[in-house]
Amino acid sequence: MASEKPLSPHIQIYRWEITMLVSILHRAAGIAMAVGTGLVVWMLLALATGPQAYDCFHQFITSPLGSLLLLGWTVAIFLHMGNGIRHFFWDVGKGYSIPVAHRSAYLLIAFTTIMTLIVWFVGCPWQ
Amino acid sequence: MTTKSSDHILSPLAKARGAGSAHHGSGHWMHQRITAVANIPLMLWLVWSVVHLPGASYQDVSLWLAQPVNAILMILAVLSMFYHAVLGLQVVIEDYVHCEFSKMLSLIGIRLGFAALGVAAIFSVLKVSFGG
Repeated sequence: MASEKPLSPHIQIYRWEITMLVSILHRAAGIAMAVGTGLVVWMLLALATGPQAYDCFHQFITSPLGSLLLLGWTVAIFLHMGNGIRHFFWDVGKGYSIPVAHRSAYLLIAFTTIMTLIVWFVGCPWQ
Repeated sequence: MTTKSSDHILSPLAKARGAGSAHHGSGHWMHQRITAVANIPLMLWLVWSVVHLPGASYQDVSLWLAQPVNAILMILAVLSMFYHAVLGLQVVIEDYVHCEFSKMLSLIGIRLGFAALGVAAIFSVLKVSFGG
């Protein structure tokens, strides 16, 4: 079976790249946010239903699990938004070279981290 | 390449429409981009608003949502976000679900599901706004 032809990389021996990680996270964040729209609908329905219903939602969203979901939501939004902007550059044919794609991927991680910290510490949800 | 009789009367654009693996040409791509652009300001506004939620009472949040600017932005956010979610999930389904029956069922399911969620969300915003 010896062949000179290059084989397509197999998933188990594929070396992880930052670009690959970011691409997978983009999709994961998108799916997570699609599921998370249920929380937005819950909040709005609870507001329309009345104080008791809203109290139930409020209790959940301020619980440890609710806070964890909100933290995940913040990360997902900025990651997906930042990577979406990366895609806009690719759409107009810019940023395709490997060094630039790597740099923009690291920049995305930095952007996501900084924006999440701003929302959670400067915005301070608990005030 | 076989030639259909309809090929002669179709413009190149009409032939391109509906092409591609998902059979809807460039429409999906364009709608995804348009909603992506709309989502940037809308989601920044939503995050900025939600930051104030934990400390706010039912009364506070209702009054906030009843303001025309907030109600309009919330409805726009729901529309753009949900439509973008449907388009994104569609790509994921087309990538991973290969059985034609399950694929169609999932595609119809997400559309009906998000339509229902969207109507529920928008109705709720209107009810709070009009003081129901």
